[in-house]
Amino acid sequence: MKLPYVLRLADDALILSQRLGEWTGHGPILEQDIALTNAALDHIGRARSLYQYAADLFNSLPQDEKSKAFTSVALQQIVSSGAPLTEDNLAYLRDGWDFRNVLLAERANIDWAYTVARNFFLDAFHYFYFTALVKCSDTTLSAIAEKSLKEVTYHLKWSSEWVIRLGDGTDESHSKMQEAIDETWPYTGELFQPSDYETAMQQEIGAPGLDAVRSQWIERVNAILTEATLNVPKEAWMHRGGKEGIHSEELGYMLAEMQYMQRTYPGMEW
Amino acid sequence: MIITEQQVWDWLTDVKDPEVPALSILDLGIVRRVVVEEDKVAITITPTYSGCPAMDVISISIRMALAGHGVKNVAVDMQLSPAWTTDWMTEDGKRKLKEYGIAPPNRKAFSSLGLFEEEGITCPRCDSEDTELVSRYGPTSCKALYKCNSCKEPFEHFKCH
Ligand SMILES: [Zn+2]
Repeated sequence: MKLPYVLRLADDALILSQRLGEWTGHGPILEQDIALTNAALDHIGRARSLYQYAADLFNSLPQDEKSKAFTSVALQQIVSSGAPLTEDNLAYLRDGWDFRNVLLAERANIDWAYTVARNFFLDAFHYFYFTALVKCSDTTLSAIAEKSLKEVTYHLKWSSEWVIRLGDGTDESHSKMQEAIDETWPYTGELFQPSDYETAMQQEIGAPGLDAVRSQWIERVNAILTEATLNVPKEAWMHRGGKEGIHSEELGYMLAEMQYMQRTYPGMEW
Repeated sequence: MIITEQQVWDWLTDVKDPEVPALSILDLGIVRRVVVEEDKVAITITPTYSGCPAMDVISISIRMALAGHGVKNVAVDMQLSPAWTTDWMTEDGKRKLKEYGIAPPNRKAFSSLGLFEEEGITCPRCDSEDTELVSRYGPTSCKALYKCNSCKEPFEHFKCH
């Protein structure tokens, strides 16, 4: 159960990072273009630490469990050759249904307001989640959470300020920000719906309880949206599935682009 | 050849941060441990930021610096916890940063969520306190962009972390 749990954390980081990377060269002004790519770099750094750990966990599984873990032919070939998997194998050679990131992380950028809304909801989640994960009994995860918390704190400042700047800005920026918040909201519920492996890890290593994280998250989101003169969305039907590998079409396009090089030219390096 | 830990620490002063070459990795405070066992040297460093691309370059630079002193058997390990903070930067390092034109981190790092905060960063060129945040993010993970309202020059601030 620890492997899917670590992959879930890693996949959130990788997929969000890739989305932010799409802004490179397209930001509304140079400084904000740089801001998003800087944040993307922090997320990719966290993803690397987590994938390295996931690879270690995978490589210590018995052979029959290894061959059942992932469906992709490229990974199956490496496993049957007896070679250990690396962080890169996990990022570039898994198929979409083996990714466990939340749907919110793979949401398309759409425009600046949508990007800010998605980042704000995720940054606030990561902030409270990592604060709690630091206290878990797994020393590797605790160290990664401690390191990431400092970076995520900075991300949350950035996205909170943009929610306020746009919400409490012009009529046009206000209505665009409100629309982005309303349309992104139905993707936030999944963050707090525990999967089997999250529940198991709560027991086993003291991973964060999602109810507790949710109440802190709601409080923070309410405070920022109120400051931004935006309405807090009402209870809504919530999308889910990402944690179990059921993704939106958008993930497929992203993986096709991200994984193309390693799938076509295996082991290629810069 | 007999190597002492003190020698290794001395040699490490020649290893510079590739993104801020005014600083050695000792000024930055990222070297956690040096252990010498006969001809083997093990060095533990800590990343400034999780995705900092300079860390790979720094690992290579450490090996090259020690190779220059005839030490071939070098292991460089990365340790995440306790997380690096700008409080570990030496006073000498902060002075060198300012001379290099980058405003050094100026307070004890903490995880406050204060928004739109004014940090009171001093211009590294004219020492004016009348400065303004341009962007929380700069050309590298560790820096933010400011401008000075007195001398009108833009400058980088090594942000508190
Ligand atoms: Zn000045």
